[in-house]
Amino acid sequence: MAADIILSTEHLTRRFAGFTALHDVSVDFERGKLTSIIGPNGAGKSTYFNVLSGTFPPTSGSVLFEGRELAGLAQHRFSHAGVAKSFQITSVFPAFSVLENVRIALQARHGRLNFWSPRRALGLEPHAHALLDQVGLGRDAARRASELAHGQQRALEIAIALAADPALLLMDEPTAGMSPEETRAMMDLIVTLADQRTVILVEHKMKMVMSISERIVVLHHGELLAAGTPDDIRAHDEVRRVYLGKH
Amino acid sequence: MINTETLPATDAAAAASQPASLFAALARQRVAATVLVLLTLPWILPNQSLAVNILIYGLYAAGFNLLFGYMGMLSFGHAAFLGLGSYTAGILIAHAGVAWWLAIALAIAASALLALVMGLLAIRTRGIYFAMVTLALSQCVYFLVYQFPLSGGENGLRGVNVPTIALPGLSLDLLDPTVKYYAFLVVVALTLAGLSRVLASPFGAVIEAVRENEMRTRACGFQVEHTKLMAFIMSGAICGLAGALNAIHLSSVAIESLHYETSGLVVMMCLLGGMGTFFGPFVGAALFLLIQDLFSQWTEHWQLYVGLIFMAFVLFFPKGVWGTILEKFHGR
Repeated sequence: MAADIILSTEHLTRRFAGFTALHDVSVDFERGKLTSIIGPNGAGKSTYFNVLSGTFPPTSGSVLFEGRELAGLAQHRFSHAGVAKSFQITSVFPAFSVLENVRIALQARHGRLNFWSPRRALGLEPHAHALLDQVGLGRDAARRASELAHGQQRALEIAIALAADPALLLMDEPTAGMSPEETRAMMDLIVTLADQRTVILVEHKMKMVMSISERIVVLHHGELLAAGTPDDIRAHDEVRRVYLGKH
Repeated sequence: MINTETLPATDAAAAASQPASLFAALARQRVAATVLVLLTLPWILPNQSLAVNILIYGLYAAGFNLLFGYMGMLSFGHAAFLGLGSYTAGILIAHAGVAWWLAIALAIAASALLALVMGLLAIRTRGIYFAMVTLALSQCVYFLVYQFPLSGGENGLRGVNVPTIALPGLSLDLLDPTVKYYAFLVVVALTLAGLSRVLASPFGAVIEAVRENEMRTRACGFQVEHTKLMAFIMSGAICGLAGALNAIHLSSVAIESLHYETSGLVVMMCLLGGMGTFFGPFVGAALFLLIQDLFSQWTEHWQLYVGLIFMAFVLFFPKGVWGTILEKFHGR
């Protein structure tokens, strides 16, 4: 059966000074699906995420997005290609207002260098407000980003990532360090977002991803262990042995 | 950090207290407010030359602040731009008899070009490495200018005489200190208006975004290296203009203008006044030069006292004088 593939990695390998963090990982990600990449600590999840999102290039192998090779491209090109990410460690512009955080992200799509007209002339504020509403920060637009609670900052970061109107949204442990209430709100948001676009999630909270994901990719010791639906993964002996058994 | 453009004061906060709304108004009219204060300087300071120095060094610090305060990159080589601006304008006027306006324009161009070259070499480094690379490159400029036959070497450059500025229907006598001050102020005001516009522009937003979070800026799709280089060139050009004005002001150029102490001076001025604020560089320049003026009258060890005051500020008012005032009354 020929699924619609938005992103695929082929024989992806990444070494750091003799240590192989990722070895020969070939995975196809289906368009429109919410896929989670899971694995125990040190499985290579973060390395995989960083290669997918362009933080650093793979040592060998390729990253094909919409059939186009992304491996080795500069970071800013990933955003223009349609791949946006939220970081594991919250990454916003702390001294900026919440609105300006999203406005400047929208500005990146305008491309042309403009150092003479006022920022308002670009007219991005309504769109920025709409994105803030979408992640539940509509009332906080005028606040300074550094004043937001942790969960709100994560939501803001997602609004920043959405500003690029990405075909593919990559999220590295979006619920890391969150309270149970914040985690629940974030999961609801992720599910909503996944209705409109392809989302790939890196997560180690097994229970959480099993309930919301349509596809699961399991990494172990830097290698692909299994890929399939949550039910496939639950039934997978090897996965149960290395991962589920420990939880 | 002070982002008058990016973080509009909420109406509630502005209405809450009088000072807050005053400071919000100051933030909106930052160029006019700054120029208004500068207009009064010759009348409130003990002597005219101090006022001109504050104007010139304030502009130098404002140019430096674009890079240091707004983009978060500490250059330790900005003397190169001030000095090259001085020498370019000075040599053109003293040796080639070039008109003042052309000499100033070429000085700006020379410093901008130098900034392009230094920027290309330094921009990929960060933090202390960026400071060291800019310091090393500015030392290269020091020695190149020192060896350059027309620069006058150790003795400096003399004879940079611009006695009058002839404008259509107007002849300004620059030998009159007051006239000179206000003539320079026109140039500074125009530069500040341009600088303010750049800071308020989409490009200005990216400059501050780099300071706030370089990795996120990159991930948003901005070419951070281009932004850094552009800001570096603008910063160098403004400092070059300050240098050209200084050469005309003093009718001479001292080799010390290229010395690394001059690079350190502008860091101190920026920190004293408040980095990343529009008015801070002028506050810092005024404070530094005033302290120097007062203390050098009764002790030759004035640098010791300047140093102590500077340390006190860094320890107790890390946001500088103006930065602290803004934080207190403007709620940030």
